[in-house]
Amino acid sequence: MALRELSSLEKYLGLKKPNKYSTQGDKKVPVLQNNNGPPLVGLGTIASHLVKEAKRPNLLGDSAESRAVVQQWLEYRLTKLDGCTKEDTKAILKDLNLYLQDKVYMAGNQFTLADTFMYFGIHPIIVDLSVQEKEQYVNVARWFDHIQRCPGVRHHLPPLVVLRNRIYTSKHH
Amino acid sequence: MKLFVSEGNPHCLKVLAAVEVSGVQCDVQYVNHEERVVPFLSRPALPALLLPSGLHLFSSNAICRYLFEVSGKDSSELCNQWLEWEATDLQPALLQALHLAVVQGKGSEVSKVLQGPLNYLEQSLSKGNTPYLTGEAVSVADVVLWAALHPVLSDASLALGERASIKAWFDRGAVMHSCQSAAQKVLQGNGLQGMKSYMQRQPAPPSSQRRDSQPCNSNPAESEESERAVSAEEMETAALTWSKGLNTCPMATSRQHPILPQEGKRNILLTSALPYVNNVPHLGNIIGCVLSTDVFSRYGRMRGWNMLFISGTDEYGTATENKAREEGLTPQQICDKYHVIHSNIYKWFQIDFDFFGRTTTEKQTEIAQNIFWRIHKHGFLVEDTVEQLRCEKCQRFLADRFVEGICPHCSYPEARGDQCDKCGKLINAVELREPQCKVCKETPSIRSSKHLFLDLPKLEGQLEQWLDKSTSTGDWTANAKQITRSWLRDGLKPRCITRDLRWGTPVPHPDFKEKVFYVWFDAPIGYLSITANYTDQWEKWWKNPHQVELYNFMAKDNVPFHSVVFPCSLLGAQDNYTLVNHLIATEYLNYEDTKFSKSRGVGVFGDMAKDTGIPSDVWRFYLLYVRPEGQDSAFSWADMALKNNSELLNNLGNFINRAGMFVTKFFEGCVPAMELQQEDKRLLALVGWELQQYIQLLDKVKIRDSLRHILNISRHGNQYIQLNEPWKKIKGGDAERQRAGTVTGVSVNIACLLSVMLLPYMPTVSQTIRDQFNAPQSCVDTMLQGTGTFVCCLSAGHRIGTVSPLFQKLEVDQIEALKKEFGGQQVFDVYDA
Repeated sequence: MALRELSSLEKYLGLKKPNKYSTQGDKKVPVLQNNNGPPLVGLGTIASHLVKEAKRPNLLGDSAESRAVVQQWLEYRLTKLDGCTKEDTKAILKDLNLYLQDKVYMAGNQFTLADTFMYFGIHPIIVDLSVQEKEQYVNVARWFDHIQRCPGVRHHLPPLVVLRNRIYTSKHH
Repeated sequence: MKLFVSEGNPHCLKVLAAVEVSGVQCDVQYVNHEERVVPFLSRPALPALLLPSGLHLFSSNAICRYLFEVSGKDSSELCNQWLEWEATDLQPALLQALHLAVVQGKGSEVSKVLQGPLNYLEQSLSKGNTPYLTGEAVSVADVVLWAALHPVLSDASLALGERASIKAWFDRGAVMHSCQSAAQKVLQGNGLQGMKSYMQRQPAPPSSQRRDSQPCNSNPAESEESERAVSAEEMETAALTWSKGLNTCPMATSRQHPILPQEGKRNILLTSALPYVNNVPHLGNIIGCVLSTDVFSRYGRMRGWNMLFISGTDEYGTATENKAREEGLTPQQICDKYHVIHSNIYKWFQIDFDFFGRTTTEKQTEIAQNIFWRIHKHGFLVEDTVEQLRCEKCQRFLADRFVEGICPHCSYPEARGDQCDKCGKLINAVELREPQCKVCKETPSIRSSKHLFLDLPKLEGQLEQWLDKSTSTGDWTANAKQITRSWLRDGLKPRCITRDLRWGTPVPHPDFKEKVFYVWFDAPIGYLSITANYTDQWEKWWKNPHQVELYNFMAKDNVPFHSVVFPCSLLGAQDNYTLVNHLIATEYLNYEDTKFSKSRGVGVFGDMAKDTGIPSDVWRFYLLYVRPEGQDSAFSWADMALKNNSELLNNLGNFINRAGMFVTKFFEGCVPAMELQQEDKRLLALVGWELQQYIQLLDKVKIRDSLRHILNISRHGNQYIQLNEPWKKIKGGDAERQRAGTVTGVSVNIACLLSVMLLPYMPTVSQTIRDQFNAPQSCVDTMLQGTGTFVCCLSAGHRIGTVSPLFQKLEVDQIEALKKEFGGQQVFDVYDA
């Protein structure tokens, strides 16, 4: 999974030569052999590296604050979304829904790496949501739909249907 | 900038150390572990940093990184890598280690848990050959790791073993005064024990970490599965049930009237609140009482219970007299006319009463007077004089709705004699300012009149004793319990049971000639008299509390009459009456988001539903889908169209129709052979689980909630078909064709199960599905037995009939036209009492 995400990111960034990755351990943590130094380990670390290589530092945030926010959500993706149980998903969706209530992107008003990787990470959860649940988490659904339509982000994942008109009005639930 | 931390929380150690090392000015506030600082997180998350922008950081590593960056120290890639490793590898192991040491008192097992990450750190440090993790100087990575490891590394009792490089690095960190002081602040010098209260609040980590260094053989496809987990056992059980086949001896589902209680059966008497006759019932009426009762009655019969469903029109009272005057008819003519209207509407809605009667019958007089005399004999009636308005011109007392005037509370000019429509307060007619006789507009005079009162305070003790038992053993909706409790809390007062009217059951007492019973006393007795008109043996239902369970269905405004007043009448009569065991009350149904208002004479609807061209079953479905269960809900035309199109057409109808079409098109109308594979068994288990939920909920009369599980099953079914693509496989080799057969066979059997589950909700559609599939009637008797038995009822070789679409799309313009025709202003009263 992680390798496909990195390859999608490379395409998005327009990196000419695809990197070669290996994995380590049972969790298949991605490893990037780096010519200029020791190998880089970990999805977030490599993704941040690629962004810098592509000279798109804004994707990591354009201020100290937004950089911290981006890193926070990258970490959230790896520690909370990955391997979450069915029970966890409800709480995660609820929290994200509240968080995204007044935001366009994960880090506010700007598209960042946090959107890309939260999108990749939450895709398997959204796949299983019914139309009704998607409406329940309307802000997540809106954000998700927005990100999957951003040119070049989706790549290896199938598009999911998010209805824009609500069919379950909230007062019935 | 404000930093929120709590004592004894190891993550807070990190951020406090980072504050000290970076030297960033920051207001530190200590809060309780459970304090929810971050507004969007449902679980408390500490530490948290409130940024100048108003945003919260809730990850300790992100906070540390931010503090360092603000102080001018950007983090390098290597630094990033360590922070990521700390979060994904070290933390899960640490959490487990701390849980073992602090909560479970198994300090000896910690070293095994931490072995992997510690070895990794040791190797990296020794290979790197630098004093700190990322080079010659302290970085955020050193602070974070040092703080994270401090609690375990500084406790010698854990015997983690010697690791020279880690020791050298850790001691280098320890000399930094700032790290030590942060540790002191968080742990208060208590070492690991300082974290006890924090750790006890954390969920126990899974015993074998998926991320630890132990080899594991978990299948990645499995771990990515985020649907409801189905165990192998569930799958085998579902497959076994599937293979059982239909009940060989079907139960007698045909009803033989009169239905009477039977020994050894669950005998259930169902009543739905008697709709008031003076108006055409509206959607609120229908969902609030008769439709809900009908669903439960149909369901109960399938469960094999012995049920009697009774209802009828409530016909006495001033509202009828007024209506009669309006329409220039006698009260009796009004009742005859509207009783037929009610009957026809319910017939169209397929309300399957065992008997639909009325309250203006001889049996009513006989039974009401009998109950009255018994209450009288046992001394539960008191006499009192009441001041009343009397119109001399019309020669009569002006009961509630015969008089109008100015509300004494809010000065509304058209307040009625019993209640003000504006402020909703109850009014004693003599308090009205400038009262007017509604008929002749003359000003009435105040006269006194003698009346009889039911002595509720005297019956209160008995009532409470019975209520305790009934509400604790039966299914009472939350609102029913709550409304009842509030009535008792306010204390009961004697209630007048007689009126100076003509249209009612005459009071038999010679001192109260020319008076009739007040409808609240009289109307519920209608349940008994209607049963008596159905069978002479009515007492087998109504004086048989040991054999009979009584369910009352109603809207919430009717609760006190069924839970307090009527039971008091029956208790006072002391004749071993069957009292309510289960009281099912709905909330209100509004119309197009218009606020509910009571008894304004608007909200006519029931007879128009059929003129819309929308089938009765779709009306039933939508009303039940928005059944005000637990909270008020609203009827909306647009929503009805959307539910029809999304749930009935695209989900349910689509699945059932496709399943049938595959049999017709690919297998010449004969159900193909089925070889169940793991995936099929998994689906059977999922469907079985939904069926179980459906039964559990309907047993508790959660009618709206259980409908969701029907729709879940067809959703599972659609996914299953979509995933297996039988239309492609049918063109493949033998194995693929066989697979297409299995998927088709399983699907059409699920469709058959759906037809059974739909029966209480959409009886016509349910029957149509079984007709299309030529399904044996015995499947209706089989599937809902016990906790649910989903069997293969259309076995290989079974020939199905002609399959056709079950639902039609509701178009936007059609719905807009209806909305316009019926207006958005109408209001449904749920009950017009």
